[in-house]
Amino acid sequence: MPSIPYEHGLILAAILFVCGLIGVLTRRNIVFVLMSLEIMLNACGLAFVVGSARWGHADGQIMFLMILTLAAAEVAVGLGLIIQMYRRFHTVDISVLSEMKG
Amino acid sequence: MLEWIGLLPAFPLAGFLALVLTRGSLPRRIAGLIGVGSIGLSFLLAALVSIEFLGSGLESHTQLLWTWMSVGTFTPGFSFYLDGLTVVMLLIISGVGFLIHLYSTGFMADDPGFARFFAYMNLFVASMLVLVLADNLVLLYLGWEGVGLCSYLLIGFWYDNPANGYAARKAFVVTRVGDTSMAIGLFLLFQQLGTLNIQEILTLAPQQWSEGQGMAVAAAALLLGGAVGKSAQLPLQTWLPDAMAGPTPISALIHAATMVTAGVYLIARTHILFELAPSVQLLVAFVGLATLLMAGFTALTQRDIKRILAYSTISQIGYMFLALGVGAWSAAIFHLMTHAFFKALLFLAAGTVILSLHHEHDIFRMGDMRRKLPVAFWSFVIGSAALTALPFTSGFYSKDEILLAALAHPQYGMLLWLGGVLGAFMTALYSFRLVFVVFFGRDNHQEHASHDAHHVPGAVHEETGIAMALPLLILGVLSLFGGLIHVPVDAVFAHAEAHEETHPSQLIHTVMILVPIFGVMISYLLYGSRPYEKAGQHLRTQILNSPLGRFLNRFWFSGWGMDALYNFVFVKPFLALAQFNRRDVIDQFYTALAELARISNRALVLTQTGYLRWYAISLVGGLVLVIGIGVWA
Amino acid sequence: MTMLFYLAGAVALISTISVTISTNVVHALVYLIISLLAVAVIFFVLGAPFAAMLEAIVYAGAIMVLFLFAMMMLNLGQATENEEKAWLRPQLWVGPGLLILVLLVQLVSVLVTQRVDVVPVEVGVHELSVLLFGPWLLAVELASMLLLAGLIAAYHLAKR
Repeated sequence: MPSIPYEHGLILAAILFVCGLIGVLTRRNIVFVLMSLEIMLNACGLAFVVGSARWGHADGQIMFLMILTLAAAEVAVGLGLIIQMYRRFHTVDISVLSEMKG
Repeated sequence: MLEWIGLLPAFPLAGFLALVLTRGSLPRRIAGLIGVGSIGLSFLLAALVSIEFLGSGLESHTQLLWTWMSVGTFTPGFSFYLDGLTVVMLLIISGVGFLIHLYSTGFMADDPGFARFFAYMNLFVASMLVLVLADNLVLLYLGWEGVGLCSYLLIGFWYDNPANGYAARKAFVVTRVGDTSMAIGLFLLFQQLGTLNIQEILTLAPQQWSEGQGMAVAAAALLLGGAVGKSAQLPLQTWLPDAMAGPTPISALIHAATMVTAGVYLIARTHILFELAPSVQLLVAFVGLATLLMAGFTALTQRDIKRILAYSTISQIGYMFLALGVGAWSAAIFHLMTHAFFKALLFLAAGTVILSLHHEHDIFRMGDMRRKLPVAFWSFVIGSAALTALPFTSGFYSKDEILLAALAHPQYGMLLWLGGVLGAFMTALYSFRLVFVVFFGRDNHQEHASHDAHHVPGAVHEETGIAMALPLLILGVLSLFGGLIHVPVDAVFAHAEAHEETHPSQLIHTVMILVPIFGVMISYLLYGSRPYEKAGQHLRTQILNSPLGRFLNRFWFSGWGMDALYNFVFVKPFLALAQFNRRDVIDQFYTALAELARISNRALVLTQTGYLRWYAISLVGGLVLVIGIGVWA
Repeated sequence: MTMLFYLAGAVALISTISVTISTNVVHALVYLIISLLAVAVIFFVLGAPFAAMLEAIVYAGAIMVLFLFAMMMLNLGQATENEEKAWLRPQLWVGPGLLILVLLVQLVSVLVTQRVDVVPVEVGVHELSVLLFGPWLLAVELASMLLLAGLIAAYHLAKR
């Protein structure tokens, strides 16, 4: 049976996570921000599944299922908010929403 | 019946609450009924309690209503203590109080603040009753401050006039000096003896302290400070003449008959402490002597009818202090009682005069009123006779007792006695000056009235309804024959007063009888006599025009310059200090702190850009930092 | 199988980077779907077929379709794309890029110490279900609650 180095799976997950993170930090379009968040969540899920394979146990996969559920709920709410924002401000630029400025 | 003494202050308190909660919406008739009725009930109960108590032969009776607070071993109760001294005070307060309330229904009939007036009066009587009934000094202090508050409220009763408010504040602040001293005295007593129950203090003090010991002297001196403030003695007497800004019945009740004698009551109540501190007791005597002489000379020069009576009150309380100082406790209480009668009578009669002459206070704008105001005239004659201690009036007996006790003082007997007699002479002079100027001579009222454009010249007719005449009548009878009452305080002071019958010489007696009569005669010569009117006037102008006479007149008129002195010594420096500290030196530190907070706030505000990316990048920065610490540290 | 892992990993990496730098929303979505499918392949390789199925059906299918519907409702046009191009300036990437680089170095430096070869063992649906409806039952119930809450919230928020 061919084997896969454990750390390579985890490093792949880390790189995907970091790609998502840089999207969150640099994009101004809120749709892209939401997508980047999805990438980050997915990377976490990948890390769990890799861990599950490493220990030969199914608990990691269960955590992945939980993350999946979380992502689904989050996307539903997030998209609802985006639609609401577009209706009010007629833009998807998150810099417009800076009323928290002190 | 004795267990009902808790109700004594409860009646006036209930009256106060009823009048305050209805906020003057009651008809005058009902408000007056509540105000007078509550005091009447109190008086009835006080009379019944007194009869039963004096009949039972008990020495004292204590009634615990409830425990006020309980802090460690300190458990002052709402408990009332009844003995001979309390009985006397109860009857004076509720009896004279009732008469004055009754009088007030006539005097204040047209005042818009009718209900408010009676509310304050009821509260005052309730506080005063608590003061004299209290069995511990904390409860006494509650009553003490309560009467102080009512005094403030009632002096400033006609608050439309800023001068009245000023007088009220002055009274409040000056008495506060004494009250603070008394509070410190209370702390000292508690710290030293571990209790504030009066009877326990009186038993513990002689066991713990020897005579003349420092702590005993300090405690007595601090209590004396409180008494001096409340009773308007030197050096805290300046508030009382200004307190005359209040309605006249107030002056009668609070500033003559009851509240100002609270200091006398306090010293009599704690007399054992003062016996432990002979130096302080002597100080009491000399404070009394100095005050009675000073006030007597001042009264001679005043023009305002109420200020004359106010200085006379200060002077008479000086007599009581003199009696306390020489250990004649029961004589002091006796004089307190007779003084309450005749001074209330004089003030109420003065109130009638003032009301009849449309709020005229200057005695030199009156004159020849004896036919126009017969009731006031006869009241004044009786009251002044008692005040002057003419033979067989009530004041004669009480003042006689005081002067004899002063004479019996081992060291300064002669000095105190001579001072007292000189005071008696002054009393005769100024009180009959008042009578002669107001009720004899030429009628100056019409003359002056026609000069004043805004002053409606109306025919003078005496304002006497039955409500105003009846108290005058009763008080007149009491002033005349009150000297026959024996104050039942022997048991209270039994262990303190040595009843050695002194037999002063016939000469002393004669002098004491003749001096007031002599004073009245001189007064008649100067102010009253028709045949010698020219001569009297001439003599007066001559005295007033001589340099010494002018100086003394001005000096005495200003109350020995005490107001100016205090103004210079205390008020001016205080104002200067306040002016200096206007921007609050100490506060600068806190302002700087606030400024620092404001600056750091501005700096922190800069970090709140409102941009989501900014927050996210801060988050990532923190994450990097924490992981970095975990990985490399 | 090892080759498949690295191949799928490379696809996932490239498509994910494409998502991050793309300016067109729909293109980005398609890249994202590719990335997710590649991850699903990795799951297969790692012996998690059920997770791989869910990744393909729920993630790449349902959630991404949700995104697409939302994009249709927003109806973003060429203007948005031009705006997007204007926003993607290189100097904007410097600060976050550095920070992210540091983070990546940290993560990798931790992870390279874990030198273990994984021999994937297939964990089937049956085994997973026993676990899910056994010890993890409460978590499943909570997840269903979360979905319900998400549903209601989305309904409320998107309502006009």
